[in-house]
Amino acid sequence: MSLSLVIGCSLAYISLLFLIAWWVDKRAERGVSVVNNPYIYALSLAVYCTAWTFFGSVGRATTGGLSFLGVYLGPTLLAPLWYMMLRKIILISKNQRITSIADFISSRYGKSTTLGVIVTVIAVLGIVPYISIQLKAVTFGINTLTHFRSGTAPGPTAFWLDSGFWVTVAMATFTGVFGTRKLDPNERHEGLVAAVAFESIVKLISFSAVGLFVTFGIYNGFGDLFTQATLREDTAKMLTFESSGITPFSWNVLVMLSLFAIILLPRQFHISVVENTSPRHIPKAMWVFPLYLLLINIFVLPIALAGKMMFDASIHPDTYVLSLPLEKGAAWLALAAFIGGFSAATSMIVVEATALSIMFSNHILVPLLIRMRSIGSNNLVNGAARLLDIRRLSILLMLFLAYLYQKSVGSTYDLVSVGLISFTAAAQLAPVVIGGLYWKRATHQGAVAGLIVGFVIWAFCLPLPSMAQAGIISGTFVKEGLFGISFLKPYALFGVTGIDPITHAAFWSLLINTWTYAIVSVNTQPSMLSLTQADLFVNIHKYISGHEYDILKREAKIGDLKSVLNRYLGETRTLALLNDYQAISRTVLEEQQTAQADLVSFVETNLAGAIGAASARVVIDSVAKEEPISLDEVMRILDQTREAVQHSRIMEEKNEELKMLTLQLTNANVQLKQLDRLKADFITTVTHELRTPVTSIKSLSKIILDDHDRLDDERRTTYLQIIVNESDRISRLINQVLDIEKLRSEEPVQQMEQLELTEIVLHAVAGMQQLLTERNIQCSVTPTDLELPVYGNRDKLIQVVVNLLSNALKFCDPQKGRIDILLRQKDKFVFFGIRDNGPGIPVQARQLIFEQFTQLHSKEQGKPHGTGLGLYITKKIVEQHQGSIRVESEPGHGAFFEIILPLSEPSNRVLEKNAY
Amino acid sequence: MQISGNSAKILVVDDEPNIVIALEYLLQREGYEVQKAYNGQQALDCMENWTPDIVVLDVMMPGMNGFEVARRLREIPALELTKIIFLTAKGTQRDKESGYASGAEYYMIKPFDNDVFISTVNEIMAYG
Amino acid sequence: MADDRSSQLIILFFVFVVLLNAPILQIFDRKELWFGMPALYFYLFFIWLVLIVVVGLIVRKKRK
Repeated sequence: MSLSLVIGCSLAYISLLFLIAWWVDKRAERGVSVVNNPYIYALSLAVYCTAWTFFGSVGRATTGGLSFLGVYLGPTLLAPLWYMMLRKIILISKNQRITSIADFISSRYGKSTTLGVIVTVIAVLGIVPYISIQLKAVTFGINTLTHFRSGTAPGPTAFWLDSGFWVTVAMATFTGVFGTRKLDPNERHEGLVAAVAFESIVKLISFSAVGLFVTFGIYNGFGDLFTQATLREDTAKMLTFESSGITPFSWNVLVMLSLFAIILLPRQFHISVVENTSPRHIPKAMWVFPLYLLLINIFVLPIALAGKMMFDASIHPDTYVLSLPLEKGAAWLALAAFIGGFSAATSMIVVEATALSIMFSNHILVPLLIRMRSIGSNNLVNGAARLLDIRRLSILLMLFLAYLYQKSVGSTYDLVSVGLISFTAAAQLAPVVIGGLYWKRATHQGAVAGLIVGFVIWAFCLPLPSMAQAGIISGTFVKEGLFGISFLKPYALFGVTGIDPITHAAFWSLLINTWTYAIVSVNTQPSMLSLTQADLFVNIHKYISGHEYDILKREAKIGDLKSVLNRYLGETRTLALLNDYQAISRTVLEEQQTAQADLVSFVETNLAGAIGAASARVVIDSVAKEEPISLDEVMRILDQTREAVQHSRIMEEKNEELKMLTLQLTNANVQLKQLDRLKADFITTVTHELRTPVTSIKSLSKIILDDHDRLDDERRTTYLQIIVNESDRISRLINQVLDIEKLRSEEPVQQMEQLELTEIVLHAVAGMQQLLTERNIQCSVTPTDLELPVYGNRDKLIQVVVNLLSNALKFCDPQKGRIDILLRQKDKFVFFGIRDNGPGIPVQARQLIFEQFTQLHSKEQGKPHGTGLGLYITKKIVEQHQGSIRVESEPGHGAFFEIILPLSEPSNRVLEKNAY
Repeated sequence: MQISGNSAKILVVDDEPNIVIALEYLLQREGYEVQKAYNGQQALDCMENWTPDIVVLDVMMPGMNGFEVARRLREIPALELTKIIFLTAKGTQRDKESGYASGAEYYMIKPFDNDVFISTVNEIMAYG
Repeated sequence: MADDRSSQLIILFFVFVVLLNAPILQIFDRKELWFGMPALYFYLFFIWLVLIVVVGLIVRKKRK
């Protein structure tokens, strides 16, 4: 067969793939999703079946018998759990906008950059051998078709150099063009998925065609083929594990490895999770995909047996799928089989390289470039174009690495052996992913430690010895152990021998990886963000209403959204944000209106900047969902945003305090102003009160001084008496002012004794008699013989009576002044009442008059009398005697003040004293 | 230096009797005829049938205050020539202005100097 | 009920893990032909098919 025919058919096939992808993308742009279909989803999952399956399984079967099936039974076994596990991973990933397995792991452990880098490194280095076998298979296939039994094959080195290199270049170009046609923020590529699904059909049909040709064309069905196989020793060996040298342990490990691989291989994660259009497709995929695997494996053993029976060692078993039709002259079938294998290889390379390039650019290159500030974030178009260039560069880099690996190491191993190295690497992610999904306590440190330990053991046990065997590095450590320590032989760790290298490496790396992960997790504290993410991953169903993320429509009251924003961003920023939204969407938001999904998302995105994406989601869900948020969730949010919340709470408290303080200050200020005014009034009054007696004293004393020879004795005596009285008046005033200070300190009254109120009243009236007479005021005390025992300070009580008397005197009618003092006793109280016939006290002033510095100003009354302290002092003294004072007044008919003091029986007082 | 034959009439209005006593003595010593009133109403009543040349008026008094008394006095045509001297403890500029506005010619602040007071009265009587 | 299904599928997983792994597998690791097929080949594909059918039946059950 000519090379040009093979290349022509390959190019035609690739063109067909482009056409399919282009058509599907075109439909997707118009809103019609072709790949939103469970069968296409299941078929796209069959990207799992690569050139390994197509060519390698047959080769594997010739040496390992049925052990090749382990690789497909693992995924089959896991399928029932997809219903819970895959759905959970998908929900989390859609919820978190996760774009790769590295992103998933990094996100789970607190959005760790370190983990993103580690997982990317493991994935890229681990998967390179896997890609290399695809290159090798294609090269192998071309070689078989063009040089089958021709005997003119050029020398291996020169041939591989040319063919393998150009296959790599072609694949890199194809993948670069195909996988990076556009930049999608969700990393969804519908065209790619459709092409992959199509390729799965091609793979299955062409492989089955070869199988049917071999089983029913060359042989007469399964019975004939198997019966013949039992007759030959070499083929009979392939029919049981025991005879083909497969230990039960290595089978179990192989099943486990592939069980992990179906979800953890970067391309599998990409297709089953990132490209998933709806979790509703899972149930159907759960049986369609295993069925596909079953169908594509039925003819592996028959083809292997047939090849073994028909060919000698000169034909490599990995090429039987092509060699058998060629041998029997079915060249077109061989070409179709090649296209099938080519299809398997291209789908694997395209998806794997796309997935790896996403990881590589998102977790390594872009962060690096951002740090170097070489991405112009101000130009979005350029930025996107640059990102695509970065992707293409990553793809090229990985394919080149794969080519190097294949050329230096891979060429000495069969396809499956190399592929299993990659499976073992991918399996290192299993503990952190499974733990991450179901074990909340797992920490970032645990994940980092587990992954590094697992990866190092894997590298030490698998790729390094193979590189040593290829002569790239010194091989002494393989035979003698690392640093000559015999416990550290890569194929016999801890002295355990008799296990094949893959099983050996998988067992030790996974065991120690898991232990490290668990032990470090238990002994470290997760960060707040890690805790939140852990809860979100482990309890994803709490965070998602319904299972349909793609039709998830969230609604919330604008008022609620506003209050949420207020809480986290503050009022100013909230207002600015909502104004922005109104401007962009040209709508007017009203408090009670229901916000549509886009506003909810807008709010969430902006909130995410402040409190983190996960918390923002939970917070928004708390107002966007019908059911109330659970206490546990609230605690989680609080954990992460505790500081923020505390801060805002403190701010609120401070705000309240400030408001209180402001209020108090305002009140105090009003009081101070009032007090200030009162004091000013007081000073004016006191000044006036001082000036008046001083005027008399000054004037009269000057008269006496100037006219001492002219004044008669009577006048001189009168004037001198006035001077004395007025001096007393000044002293009294000064004493009153001083009394205020004493009363303010509220000290208990000193020198309390048993007193007789009637006697005190009569004494006080006698003292005022001259003043009363001068003013022509009639004063009566009734009755004068009542015994009114009180307990108190004599001077103070006299002061009370004098104050009230002076008060009455001041306000008395100027012409016919009259003051009546009424004494009485009722129950256990004594009453002292004093009535004048002055203008009375207006209703509004009745309480005020007892306050200090208060004086009555009015046109009718003109000048206020006294200091404004008298009644205040009176009231205070009465209160110190456990009494009270009240006033009655009818304007125009005088005022009546009454003091009520407790009656004090001398006998009671004695008894009380004895009691102590 | 009593000036005999001085028949000028002066009304003293103050609610402080002791001040009235002092003023009465001082003015009588100068030979003036003195009438006393202890509040505004008494003062106005007194002037109904007695026209003083000078009224010495306190401001802060019970009932009608001095400014009011001065205003009412100015409304009586018969008292057109009567001079008003405020003699008060209220000494602010505003009080003085109120005093002049109410129709007073002089404003003196308590406590006053006997000689200053008498010479003021004498001046008024001599030069009008 | 979704919960019933989950439990059934989890049980199914463990049953088939046992059926498709050593040592149960070793019972069928015989040099015999069953229905014209090697015993192990027949057993593996038969169990495989059973698993597919059972999973298909469980997920196809209509929700009430």
